[in-house]
Amino acid sequence: MKKKSNKIPFLSTVSPAIIWLILFLVLPLLYIVGISFMKKGLYGGVIQTFDLTAYKTMFQSKYMKILLDSLWLSLKTTGLCLLFGYPFAYIISNTKKKWKPFCVLLIMLPFWINSLIRTYGWNSILREQGILNTLLMQLGIINQPLQMLYTDGAVLLGMVYALIPFTVLPLYSSIEKLDHSLLEAASDLGASKVHVFRKVILPLTMPGIFAASVQTFIPSLGYFFITDMMGGATTMNIGNVIKNQFLTARNWPLGAALAIALIAVTIVIMKLYTRVGSIEDMV
Amino acid sequence: MKKKKIGFRPLALCYACLFYLFLYLPIAVVVAFSFNTSQLNVTFQGFTFEWYGRMFENVQLMQSFFNTLIVAAVSTLLSVILGTLCAVGMYRFKFRGRETVSNLLYIPIVIPEIVLGIAVLAFFTMVKIQMSMATLIISHVTFSMPFVVITVRSRLAGFDPSVEEAARDLGANDWRIFRRVTLPMILPGVLSGAMLALTMSLDDVVVSFFTTGPDSMTLPIKILGMVRKGVSPDVNALSTLMILGTVLIMLAATFFEMRMEKKEEA
Repeated sequence: MKKKSNKIPFLSTVSPAIIWLILFLVLPLLYIVGISFMKKGLYGGVIQTFDLTAYKTMFQSKYMKILLDSLWLSLKTTGLCLLFGYPFAYIISNTKKKWKPFCVLLIMLPFWINSLIRTYGWNSILREQGILNTLLMQLGIINQPLQMLYTDGAVLLGMVYALIPFTVLPLYSSIEKLDHSLLEAASDLGASKVHVFRKVILPLTMPGIFAASVQTFIPSLGYFFITDMMGGATTMNIGNVIKNQFLTARNWPLGAALAIALIAVTIVIMKLYTRVGSIEDMV
Repeated sequence: MKKKKIGFRPLALCYACLFYLFLYLPIAVVVAFSFNTSQLNVTFQGFTFEWYGRMFENVQLMQSFFNTLIVAAVSTLLSVILGTLCAVGMYRFKFRGRETVSNLLYIPIVIPEIVLGIAVLAFFTMVKIQMSMATLIISHVTFSMPFVVITVRSRLAGFDPSVEEAARDLGANDWRIFRRVTLPMILPGVLSGAMLALTMSLDDVVVSFFTTGPDSMTLPIKILGMVRKGVSPDVNALSTLMILGTVLIMLAATFFEMRMEKKEEA
């Protein structure tokens, strides 16, 4: 009865979504793969002949370095997000039940204020005549304003800031699921706090840590606007390069080839991830 | 066990407060500068409400604000309809390629946003469709609909099919069963999916950047263009009002949710 085959209701439920995704996701992605093997047009766009120039260009050291730098930046971002996010997630999942929804709401709230506006707030704090420099000078700690904005440190700060809520939420839900009787059992058996953490809490919350890492790492690869707003003229993220190829330099095949590289990185990460966790844990 | 915790609590509280401070500091700065007399967003010179009046004169800014709201509302509505139907269909019918559909739905969740952005841009350019509000909405639905499917499906997982069967035995047709039985039961999932879709649409910068037309710019894209040259305080004023609106809506939603939970318990 439940799983009956009934064409019309079936088609009217599942197929709109499928058609939507094929039209606006699968075809565009296939087209990107196609473009990466084409020749760039003189005034943007592409000439539809088979050509490998884009890939040859991509494997030049200049672009490879940017790709590796981006991966390194994303790795640092993810590491810092986990380092600062885990204790926080642990603390809020151990607060009184009454307060939990409020604590989670406070993490969700900034999402509703566009990340660009929030990043702009950091821009105001860090710039040469910004709040932090003014404060430090008035306190007499420094004489000259420090160059804080448009540095690599500022980019890292912006990245961590923009992504840490994505790290905290999966961590929170996995720590929340911890069976507290296990922790009690461990400490009753004489395990020290450090021991309980290393041998019980950490392994049990590993799925959350994996989910959080993926949730942080993958989006961070494409956040070009953070490097735009916080980084110097020379700071280039893979996202910035792709954006430039599509909008300014107008070398679409190269932009597409770099996007394929990003997709490849994503696939590798997801392959590794799905060995240890499920995608639904990430939502 | 409990005694041990005493030393840990104040430290934990401090850490949590510092963390929230970090999250809210830049927001506080944006708000503070909306009351600044100085034209430039640099140092705080004096208190004024001037920008709250001025922002209404900034036609482009207001336009981008309304665009943001329209795109968020329409894309959320479409995502919820498509996503809910898809989740219900996947739950109710066994069909070949179910796995494939599942995997298809995961693509927008795991793919870096920039890839989706350029793919949509390139594809629409190829089929000679100009970027406009429609393309913007389309791209937003693409990345938010899978989240609706997942939240609704997780709600359906705990759903007792015998209730639907009972309705059918009592003579209800498919549509009636959906409206009177299925929908009320999955409603919390639908609502949380809608919240996710709305949140993602409002927060999106990367995809919108590529799929917007010149007349359909959303507020963040507009601001991104202004940052290097300096953002005028009317942007801060508008952002502050948006923050205020957000807080009010979230509080109302939490209040509503708490009342619903109480009802469910009773």
